[in-house]
Amino acid sequence: MNCDEASILMHALIDGELDAGHARELETHIATCAGCAARLREFHELRKMMTLAGLRYTAPVTLRASIEGKLPAPPAAASRRSVIKGFAAGAALSAIAASGLLVMVARRDDDRRVLGEVVSAHLRSLQAQHLTDVVSTDRHTVKPWFNGRLDVAPPVAELTAQGFTLLGGRLDYVDAKPVAAIVYRRRVHIINLFCAPAPGSANSKATMESLHGFNVRRWSENGLNLWAVSDINADELMEFGEKFEAALKQ
Amino acid sequence: MMAGGASDLSDGGRAERFKALALPHLDDVYTLARYLLRSASDADDAVQECYLRAFRHFDTFRGGPVKPWLMAILRNVCHAAYAGSARLVFTADGADESQAAPIWREHGDTPEQALLRRNDSDTMRRLIGELPAEFREVIVLREINDLSYRDIATVIEAPIGTVMSRLARARGLLREAWMAAEGDGEAP
Repeated sequence: MNCDEASILMHALIDGELDAGHARELETHIATCAGCAARLREFHELRKMMTLAGLRYTAPVTLRASIEGKLPAPPAAASRRSVIKGFAAGAALSAIAASGLLVMVARRDDDRRVLGEVVSAHLRSLQAQHLTDVVSTDRHTVKPWFNGRLDVAPPVAELTAQGFTLLGGRLDYVDAKPVAAIVYRRRVHIINLFCAPAPGSANSKATMESLHGFNVRRWSENGLNLWAVSDINADELMEFGEKFEAALKQ
Repeated sequence: MMAGGASDLSDGGRAERFKALALPHLDDVYTLARYLLRSASDADDAVQECYLRAFRHFDTFRGGPVKPWLMAILRNVCHAAYAGSARLVFTADGADESQAAPIWREHGDTPEQALLRRNDSDTMRRLIGELPAEFREVIVLREINDLSYRDIATVIEAPIGTVMSRLARARGLLREAWMAAEGDGEAP
């Protein structure tokens, strides 16, 4: 890496947007280049100074009130009586929705619970600084790591060329059973791919669900249940799953 | 992802839902408007237009993060309304600085520290305001609005590589300007 490249990429490093490979190259360059090292320090200081200075503005109260006033007044808010009518209609709607929900919950209780668990496991992995147990962009490092930790070998595909960078793997627990979590990154978004052994289960096509703002693509193949969880949009997550499945078939 | 336009809801539900999603970002949108337009009254108008426009288009909002969606609309409003005037390029903002309460008041500073911080804050706001518009917007979106490169790319409708190189340039310009201001004895 030369100084020109470093002078751009160091900003991605400062912003936490640089992938592991480039970050390593950049750090190697900086270790040997006093000029770039000094510049990086200065930009860190500038950033700190900007944070300390408090550069945000607070919207005037009058602006907030004015926007709220100008948004089309909902019919329900037109008069006190219609507000009450609105509440009644809302309650009736909720009752219908709730009964529908009940049927759905009863039928899919188990699926939803597991869905909740994979989303929780995804969130934990982001919060607890415990994203990966094995850090590598090489599937020949990630896959063997699970030997002896799980009774199945999870599928691991390299999808860097398709825009999904393999970051590593982690042992996690879903439904009180150990599962493999393969971790990918799409730009700044993390995708956790959970693989749980499900011996004898039939292959099933992918379904897309969402929970708490996270999308989950779920499918089964070769005696494994798989869930890809991320905050990227449903189309991209679907694309990830398709690329992953295609890569394994090769 | 979150249901998009929520067209199945009543108008009341739709407006309420919009408010719940969009109003928490009001300070962020307003901050961007202040830096883009460098005028408190223009920022008021632009932010108001942004929210009304966003509400009109709420049915086409397909979920995902709300903040960059609002920022992109605000940017379009600013460009449409002020592209012709020199607003996006020049004019100083400062006389009406006192209208918006700066965040530094929230720090438990002594009066002296508060004054220093105020000076830093004023100087930095001015220096950011003097950056050319294309550098100003990326630095505000990144450093003050805290958007990811991907979200910034969406807002300014440019590739992520462009975001990165503009940020590099913006920080370089800002650092030089800050050092020059320090040299003038303006900043502590």
